[in-house]
Amino acid sequence: MLGRTPDLVVRGRMLTCDCLLGPADHPFHVSIREGAIVDMTAAPVLMRSWRFAFRASSAAWAEYWQPMPRPGWHDLLALTKRKEASLEGDLHPFMTHLQYFKDLLALPRFAPGRAA
Amino acid sequence: MSGAIEPIAGRYVHVDVGGENCRIYFEENGAGIPLVCLHTAGSDGRQWRHLLADEELARHFRIIAFDMPWHGKSNPPESWDGSEYRLTTARYTETILAFCRALRLDKPVVMGCSIGGRIVLNLAIEHASEFRALIGLEAADFQAPWYDTSWLNRPDVHGGEVCAALVSGLIAPQSPKAARAETLWCYKQGGPGVFKGDLYFYRVDGDLRGRLEGIDTAACPLYLLTGEYDFSCTPEDTVRTAAAIQGAHVTIMEQLGHFPMSENPAQFRRYIAPVLDQIRNHSKSDKQGVHS
Repeated sequence: MLGRTPDLVVRGRMLTCDCLLGPADHPFHVSIREGAIVDMTAAPVLMRSWRFAFRASSAAWAEYWQPMPRPGWHDLLALTKRKEASLEGDLHPFMTHLQYFKDLLALPRFAPGRAA
Repeated sequence: MSGAIEPIAGRYVHVDVGGENCRIYFEENGAGIPLVCLHTAGSDGRQWRHLLADEELARHFRIIAFDMPWHGKSNPPESWDGSEYRLTTARYTETILAFCRALRLDKPVVMGCSIGGRIVLNLAIEHASEFRALIGLEAADFQAPWYDTSWLNRPDVHGGEVCAALVSGLIAPQSPKAARAETLWCYKQGGPGVFKGDLYFYRVDGDLRGRLEGIDTAACPLYLLTGEYDFSCTPEDTVRTAAAIQGAHVTIMEQLGHFPMSENPAQFRRYIAPVLDQIRNHSKSDKQGVHS
């Protein structure tokens, strides 16, 4: 999906980091190099480190990915505020690229086949 | 349309705030009941441009939006020595009162959004008799913080980008793309530390819990309107606030978030036009000596 949004990769061109993203009970180690995802491996991976983690309940992701999400489920930080998601670790790469991560993690909303 | 000139006029007025001259930029349009509009934290009066240009409303209201000192085209005061900017309840209140006095406004209506909505509540507590009506958008006596404001002003994080990205989630997903981008652009253009300094009022100095009971809505009607997608000042925050104020009108606005007037002006108009009509009719009744 990221490959179909080259502008997002351009916005992340200064971003290189390893992070942990996804459902709280089975997140993924995601390796980002200059804005592009070069590896995504299901956790846990022995002794693999990450700088920050954004993990949410499966229900939260299902709501967040609705083409027109409901109030309170429509933003990553709305999810953390309602305690449906957690944000941990060194937040610097997340905060310097906050809109990038919001848009990256919202890509399933616009996946082909989903009703607008 | 090339060549179309909007009816909005912008000027500067010199205002004495706390014994100091502040050169304040304001825009206005229309004639009638003065309606002073207050922008959100970290933004400026451009948020009100659609309301300012509304021909129908401008027939009955003199619509005015000013940039708070440090915001938009209102510079920091001349005495600024580089120290950290922090907006306080007292300073904010004084600035609004001084601006209204400087323009010799006769019992204006004040409509504020977010921090502007919070200060409207303080105006209702302390200065109700000076206003015809008060409107708080995305207003509450208090709301739970949802991020650490120290991220807003530090040399290793781009202030404009992070301010805009933080508030982007407060815009309803139904908002037109261009209006969303324009709303965020104002945040990208704010001066360093200004959004953070405004939030000092919001988070630290302006907690109004326990102070609402004295508000007299018979002396000055109070309207509170909040967008359903605002997770900063939630509908529950506003409803709780209104419940503590006898006679307060409360409306939850569908398909709107924290910036109703700029993120989706057409949708906002559906909610604000009836409120302004009501204020106008109330004002007419008062003039005729009829009290409803």
